[in-house]
Amino acid sequence: MDRPLSSPLPPGKRSPGAEFSELTLGLLMLAPTALVLLLVVGYPLVSSFWLSLFRVNLANPEQGQPFVGLGNYLHALAQPDFWYSIQRTVYFTIGSVGLELVLGLLFAVLLNERFRGNLGARVAMIFPWALLTVSNGVLWAWMLNPTYGVINTLLLRLGVLGAPKAWLSDTFWTMNVIILADVWKTVPNMTLLLLAGLQPIPHELYEAAEVDGASRWQKFQQVTVPLLRPVILVAVALRTIGAFRVFDIIYVLTGNGGPANSTKVISFYNYDQAFHYLYFGYGAAISWLITACMLLLIIIYLRLLRPDIES
Amino acid sequence: MLLAVYLAFTLLPIGWLFLSTIQTQASLLTVPPRLIPTGFTLRNYIDIFAPAAFGENTGQSTFVLALRNSVLVSLGTTIISLLFGTLAAYAFARLNVPHKRTLLLIVLASQLLPAISVIIPLFRMFRGAHLLDTLAALILAYSTFSLPFVVWIMAGYFQSVPRELEEAARLDGASRFGAFIRIALPLVAPGLGATALFTLLNAWDEFFFALIFTSTYAAKTAPVALAEFIGRHSVNWGLLVTGGFIASLPPLVLSLVFYRYIVSGLAAGGIKG
Repeated sequence: MDRPLSSPLPPGKRSPGAEFSELTLGLLMLAPTALVLLLVVGYPLVSSFWLSLFRVNLANPEQGQPFVGLGNYLHALAQPDFWYSIQRTVYFTIGSVGLELVLGLLFAVLLNERFRGNLGARVAMIFPWALLTVSNGVLWAWMLNPTYGVINTLLLRLGVLGAPKAWLSDTFWTMNVIILADVWKTVPNMTLLLLAGLQPIPHELYEAAEVDGASRWQKFQQVTVPLLRPVILVAVALRTIGAFRVFDIIYVLTGNGGPANSTKVISFYNYDQAFHYLYFGYGAAISWLITACMLLLIIIYLRLLRPDIES
Repeated sequence: MLLAVYLAFTLLPIGWLFLSTIQTQASLLTVPPRLIPTGFTLRNYIDIFAPAAFGENTGQSTFVLALRNSVLVSLGTTIISLLFGTLAAYAFARLNVPHKRTLLLIVLASQLLPAISVIIPLFRMFRGAHLLDTLAALILAYSTFSLPFVVWIMAGYFQSVPRELEEAARLDGASRFGAFIRIALPLVAPGLGATALFTLLNAWDEFFFALIFTSTYAAKTAPVALAEFIGRHSVNWGLLVTGGFIASLPPLVLSLVFYRYIVSGLAAGGIKG
């Protein structure tokens, strides 16, 4: 601003906005966003629901597109594959968010303490956070490679493993190592959310607890956790929303949600049905079921966040 | 002790990634594998930019094409989202718009929806409009998450600007829109920068839309190129890890340079993880 605020604008320099009422101006400013969002979010959501009421198979267009009502939804609910993918999603979400929370709490408490090099230690979090999700998949695929991977090498040297393990061909281990890969990248996000919640807790509270002879664990349990509770809930809700939609890392590490569908989470199942088998109607139904679950999670998240929104 | 665990957990994997990019093929693929590299080279960094390094021979390195597409899509998404989103955010923060609260919550909810919620109709829409395999389709698709994000975050920044400044300017004869452009906008410039950064990083990282909507290197982005490369039967690990590392360099460098923005943005939450 090169002109002091108090000097009046020369007449005739009034912008055309001056003629609009506040309401008109508001609507005009909202219009571009509203149009784009109606086109790419609103219309697709409605259209997806409409599509979900038909049997549409692009692989067999000659079958036509009969109206099936809620048939696609009922079909999904009767599919063991559908329920299995839900179960795998829940397993991933609980494992991933749970491990993130434990590590995030540990790291946040650590970084909240004053020590030399604290800033450097915090900056270190940027590396996993900023790595591309797909690059993270590449990194873990390489580290987990049965023949050349560093993880087998280390575990063999330490004597933990007797023979090299094919982590990504094992129905038990694949999902668990994917959780580990995902947690490695997302834990900084969790740590920063929790750290922001820890910072306002006054040091005097810890000092008072120390006077009462509280141990580190007791201080954590009796001072940190209760005061951090709202932040923990918001962070867990936000990360649950993130984990429930997982797709990218599983695609990169397995290619097909295998072995034996053990990592075929619900987004992957949906992707398969719609873009592999080309069942668009059924796919749309599944995507609406996912949307409904997500909306539920989002509402929970917004309710937890509400104090922030109103202030 | 805990600090050592934290640093090892956080830094060793990415350190290993970098170390793998500068090793010779022989050093990388030693059997039994060694922890200490035996030969260093920058070959991978040259080869990856050579024609046909990354898949089919198009006369140009497909990795370069993918990077170009990533740059164009991320910049396009960021510019459009900031332009439209900032206007809407100001209207939400300052002007009397009916059902403001409800609309703002809908915006936030739509930012958190997964791609899978809208991808099938979008696919049909783009196919009908002959937009499949174009950068425009990706920019439109990415606005499903980036535009609500900008509106949500910028509305918060506008709310933090004292009303009095704009009111003073209006007393001096500035129009409502003039006060927005000349007073409010410069004041939220740092917020605008931080928002642009997050929008850019989210678009650069996007994978699912790009996987579904692209089929050639006219529009394939870097994440799709990498995922495709790993799917091949005989993976060239040296090139693959180098590609993964190079594609991550822009977000890494930007995030380190703008570390403060990133930390305060993430700590504020509401940011897609």
